[in-house]
Amino acid sequence: MGRTLAEKVWEAHVVRHGDGAEPDLLYIDLHLLHEVTSPQAFDGLRLAGRGLRRVDLTIATEDHNVPTVDIDQPIADLVSRTQVDTLRANCKEFGVRLHPMGDAEQGIVHVVGPQLGLTQPGMTVVCGDSHTSTHGAFGALAFGIGTSEVEHVMATQTLPLRPFKTMAVTVDGELREGVTAKDVILAVIAQIGTGGGQGYVLEYRGAAIEALSMEARMTVCNMSIEAGARAGMIAPDDVTFEYLKGRPHASVGAEWDAAVEYWKTLRTDDDAVFDAEVRIDASALTPFVTWGTNPGQGLPLSASVPDPEAIGDDNERVAAEKALTYMGLAPGTPLRDISVDTVFLGSCTNGRIEDLRAAAAVLRGHRVADGVRMLVVPGSMRVRAQAESEGLHEIFLAAGAEWRQAGCSMCLGMNPDQLKPGERSASTSNRNFEGRQGKGGRTHLVSPLVAAATAVRGTLSSPDDLA
Amino acid sequence: MDAFTTHTGVGVPLRRSNVDTDQIIPAVYLKRVTRTGFEDGLFAAWRNDENFILNQGPFQAGSVLVAGPDFGTGSSREHAVWALMDYGFRVVISSRFADIFRGNSGKQGLVAAEVEQSDVELLWKLLENEPGTEVSVDLEAKTVRAKDFTAAFRIDDYTRWRLLEGLDDIALTLRHADRIDEFEARRQPWLPTTDPLPTS
Repeated sequence: MGRTLAEKVWEAHVVRHGDGAEPDLLYIDLHLLHEVTSPQAFDGLRLAGRGLRRVDLTIATEDHNVPTVDIDQPIADLVSRTQVDTLRANCKEFGVRLHPMGDAEQGIVHVVGPQLGLTQPGMTVVCGDSHTSTHGAFGALAFGIGTSEVEHVMATQTLPLRPFKTMAVTVDGELREGVTAKDVILAVIAQIGTGGGQGYVLEYRGAAIEALSMEARMTVCNMSIEAGARAGMIAPDDVTFEYLKGRPHASVGAEWDAAVEYWKTLRTDDDAVFDAEVRIDASALTPFVTWGTNPGQGLPLSASVPDPEAIGDDNERVAAEKALTYMGLAPGTPLRDISVDTVFLGSCTNGRIEDLRAAAAVLRGHRVADGVRMLVVPGSMRVRAQAESEGLHEIFLAAGAEWRQAGCSMCLGMNPDQLKPGERSASTSNRNFEGRQGKGGRTHLVSPLVAAATAVRGTLSSPDDLA
Repeated sequence: MDAFTTHTGVGVPLRRSNVDTDQIIPAVYLKRVTRTGFEDGLFAAWRNDENFILNQGPFQAGSVLVAGPDFGTGSSREHAVWALMDYGFRVVISSRFADIFRGNSGKQGLVAAEVEQSDVELLWKLLENEPGTEVSVDLEAKTVRAKDFTAAFRIDDYTRWRLLEGLDDIALTLRHADRIDEFEARRQPWLPTTDPLPTS
């Protein structure tokens, strides 16, 4: 019987098959570190008198805690500063390459890896961060791990793991103008639920996925975790190879040719069987936004806030009631009537150059609505430099948006960029959990196009509404 | 890691599904660089509400949490497990756990016991009707008991064995260091390393 893409990559990394109840031991090709989930792991190594087995397969960046303004100043929050300083000291002590705040290659860990060419097809990639699934866009098996596992990879460059189940998420047809990768993944999550992917690696396939750019594929794979899946993958193809060719850490010459030859075998065989299959018609999709407090609570922008009374499942009804109370929304309100205080464009989901270009194209010639603040936060310093070379920053600034330095920013409440209690955002990030963007903050997840249009009108909107 | 065989303690009914890790411990509490002291961050937002279950008399001393489906969704933060354990929880019972949370629990000695949702509902009623009721969790027998309620729970055999023995994963893996050496000798030459580039 044929094998799926995920199974091929898994098999290629088994150091040792577990016998009986014991898991397989899997080799890890790339370990990404940041300041939040690594200090206790480094500490564990020190206590046990261990070092890193492969510093040459490890790279660190500062992202979660960093401010996105005044980065030449010391971090004001002492606890944040301690965490960043701890990472710097640990990287120095253990010999790990670090891109600190202010460095030309600093940025969100999941933006930095791919743009350096460190993420390549068929690799295993881990990081103490659930959005590691992003790297699956290259046909890598990439997933988030906890701090104990971070320490385990540091010490052994392996992880004991049991094989994941496989789910095919087939997106047929063609996306309409103005419908993006973000809308696709929000629709997938709404369909299968926040627990629907548990235990699975999702493989996104079909015509609509193949037509996506590399960056859009990263947006899709990024939010696999929001469907409960450990990882998402897309088979590598010419789009992948084109993106990688010439990247700083991509191979060259005969080695590149050998790599491409191998990468071309990384496809699910025709006779392979998935453990589960889901199909979505791309041509039926429209811009999608969330109304609740988990990423599965989403609807087309043209819909209205749902009525919990109409939800049959007890748990889902209670969850919807609690979500509407927290969000301060009444059933039946058209989503387009919801006004926001803040628009956040950025994060490892939508902080890449294409996202900035898409939003800038909508904003050009418009102004951010009165009373709305818009934060534009590039995913990395390299993205920032690229955007500036294209003049995108001038469009954002002319519209009245703030042009920031690179970091996780308002995606999560660990740095100064936060919502105040009761404030409402349209956000291109990945989680609308209670308090995620700051205590009491209310989040609507949207695509970069919807974010930009919402900034102009002040209510949840798509670019069509600006015409 | 301490070995775990049985535990008996006050059960806490948490009537919520999709308890994500941002609720278990908000990001603002993740800034510490130590491994202890996370109990103040546990359910921090909800604990501001005096009606929250952990603010109710006997539940404050709880050590067995009983929650709805999809417990521990969201971020990979192991701090969620540390916060639960630092507070005093030794067991979480739910009808479905997020994968990363389940894995993190197993590393730290927190038992993630999966039961049917109907059993969760029965436990909720029992614990609400008689606050302070103790729940006994037997990892050897894989059972949960409270008063006359008994249910079997699911946990994978390997995690169960490690918890029962209190074994450290890294030491277990290092027994196979020779196999890791062999694997590394076979890796493709075109695979990238993070060594700084001559030009950068």
